[in-house]
Amino acid sequence: MSTEVDVLEQHIQSEYKYGFVSDIEQEVAPKGLSEDVIRMISSKKNEPEWMLEYRLKAYRHWLTMEEPQWSNVNFPQIDFNDISYYAAPKKKVNPKSLDEVDPELRATFEKLGISLAEQERLTGVAVDAVLDSVSVATTFRDSLAKVGVIFCSMSEAIAEHGELVRKFLGSVVPYSDNYYSALNSAVFSDGSFCYIPKGVRCPMELSTYFRINAKDTGQFERTLIVAEEGAYVSYLEGCTAPMRDENQLHAAVVEIVANKNAEVKYSTVQNWYPGDKDGKGGIYNFVTKRGICAGDNSKISWTQVETGSAITWKYPSVILKGDYSIGEFYSVAVTNNMQQADTGTKMLHVGKNTKSRIVSKGISAGKSQNSYRGQVRVNRNAENARNFSQCDSLLIGDKCGAHTFPYIDVLNNTAQVEHEATTSKIGEDILFYCNQRGISTEDAVAMIINGYAKEVLNQLPMEFAVEAQKLLAISLEGSVG
Amino acid sequence: MLQIIGLHASINGKEILKGIDLTVNPGEIHAIMGPNGSGKSTLASILAGREDYEVTAGTVLFNGKDVFEMSPEERSREGLFLAFQYPVEIPGVSTANFLKTAVNEVRKHRGMEPLDAMDFLTLMREKAKLVEMDSSFFSRSLNEGFSGGEKKRNEIFQMAMLEPTLSILDETDSGLDIDALRIVSEGVNKLKSSSNSTIVITHYQRLLNYIVPDVVHVLYKGRIMKTGGKELALELEERGYDWIKTESEETV
Repeated sequence: MSTEVDVLEQHIQSEYKYGFVSDIEQEVAPKGLSEDVIRMISSKKNEPEWMLEYRLKAYRHWLTMEEPQWSNVNFPQIDFNDISYYAAPKKKVNPKSLDEVDPELRATFEKLGISLAEQERLTGVAVDAVLDSVSVATTFRDSLAKVGVIFCSMSEAIAEHGELVRKFLGSVVPYSDNYYSALNSAVFSDGSFCYIPKGVRCPMELSTYFRINAKDTGQFERTLIVAEEGAYVSYLEGCTAPMRDENQLHAAVVEIVANKNAEVKYSTVQNWYPGDKDGKGGIYNFVTKRGICAGDNSKISWTQVETGSAITWKYPSVILKGDYSIGEFYSVAVTNNMQQADTGTKMLHVGKNTKSRIVSKGISAGKSQNSYRGQVRVNRNAENARNFSQCDSLLIGDKCGAHTFPYIDVLNNTAQVEHEATTSKIGEDILFYCNQRGISTEDAVAMIINGYAKEVLNQLPMEFAVEAQKLLAISLEGSVG
Repeated sequence: MLQIIGLHASINGKEILKGIDLTVNPGEIHAIMGPNGSGKSTLASILAGREDYEVTAGTVLFNGKDVFEMSPEERSREGLFLAFQYPVEIPGVSTANFLKTAVNEVRKHRGMEPLDAMDFLTLMREKAKLVEMDSSFFSRSLNEGFSGGEKKRNEIFQMAMLEPTLSILDETDSGLDIDALRIVSEGVNKLKSSSNSTIVITHYQRLLNYIVPDVVHVLYKGRIMKTGGKELALELEERGYDWIKTESEETV
């Protein structure tokens, strides 16, 4: 037994592959938060009055709130006055093509393996790249515009499609929802806006790469996706951040609205800096993601592959308001070293004949803690609601932890709610067996976790599935002997 | 093929193997018999490279190479195969996927191109016949929900796929009914050639009715007490291990 522990111990060391800071001149707001800072952010962005009012209302509400303490994660108290709430590249960039993008920035993306040029040419995916807070490159806008799809940064949307934004912003996640959504509503810097008009099937996968790049700058992304009646869109979000010693707060808000017969698929591959092997540094990722199936027969599907961040705290949820609407949540959350994840979903059944499906696969290695927290609620009038939940945990080594907190509230007795859970372990026996068949330990772990996570990875679009598979292997590199 | 010279090994400070000498030549089948706790499975585990044991003295050469210089996966790729007494279950990894990874590792080691999906499937179908294994097993998670007999058959199937030069069968007969025993043994016999060798570890003589050994060794208290031809197995069947124990005490 002692040998096993030693061997595991000795190998639990994997360095973050994308640790570097790109040297682009930045304009950074002074640290701290006040109404003046909010006015500054709003004026920098030339926002209309209603937007400023919204931010201020959110800020005033935030001041009355207290930081939530209920999650199964530990971290030092965050000093919200020690954070700078706005950073933008100094150079005025408004490129029409990739050639106009800052070469330094281009190089950064090359290093990350996210060459925009290549993406544009090979995959046909429209990329809205967000470096810190301001969108710097947007492609394929024209071809999307032809079918009436609006896909742009939130700042542009506020300027050019103000009425649409005003109508939907905060409609799914009100600023008063929680501490971090209030903070986000007050100070959000930028993000993506996506609008699919009635009857339109978005002709390509939409994808945004987020990247945190300014020292001590909290990132407050705001994303809003609206699918009108009969529309369909598949939206991809992936990200990675440079290595850093201070903890960085990230409190994003994502809102999705699916109207009658509409379908939205939202996929995330999240690979932010998790901190070093002693848990130093790393991103705090406190995200509010929620969708509403507003119309009958609508569908929202969340798929997430979470490998990064020191702390992950997020619950992509669906409000099933329309009759016959469907909510899905597929998740793989990997924690290694000192990482902590408290993640899961909420499915709120309001309409009749609504269905939800939850597949959560947690993988814990090193000294990490991985929690699934999920709520399935069936309201009084939600006749014939159905839910199926599956929560699996995989442990690598014997110093990590897996926890499951399922909450089920059923107020209508026609509901059918199923919950399944399993826990398994990649132990020395399995690894030795694989070794004996000529398979190295690293390959064995990759093979086993990819098999384990298959059901979730299959939900991702093809290119992302391959990337995600590699990411899982990289995240667990050196986690076993 | 295999030379074991003066092998001593212990676990948690307790000596299990107390000087083993054994030579296996190409084309030979050796049986290692002995009562419970005599060190048979320990020997198999050490040859395959399990880290729980500490080798305190001795040398093991496999095709002239020092096995203690090789990782378990290198030994496998060099052609050493262990059919496990208790094969593990690997949820989520299909038998086909597992074997494709394993076979291609071995091929890479031998300087061969990896097999593509079609060739691999053809090979699996062909080898599965040896142990009368149904192709429906290919897509099932490795050993998950398999019966004891199916797991053992799967071990021999893997042996057929990997084409090792030295196979060690660690109590492959335990838990098998008479039909499964016959199928497994026939599989082993079909795989036998003049260039590969087999070590059969067993408690009972009955397996040796099917897999006929060239040499039989009796292991007792970490030492090989007796070596003989296949008739030694019959003698053990008849007289049990007690006479060996008595002999050993007289020697000591």
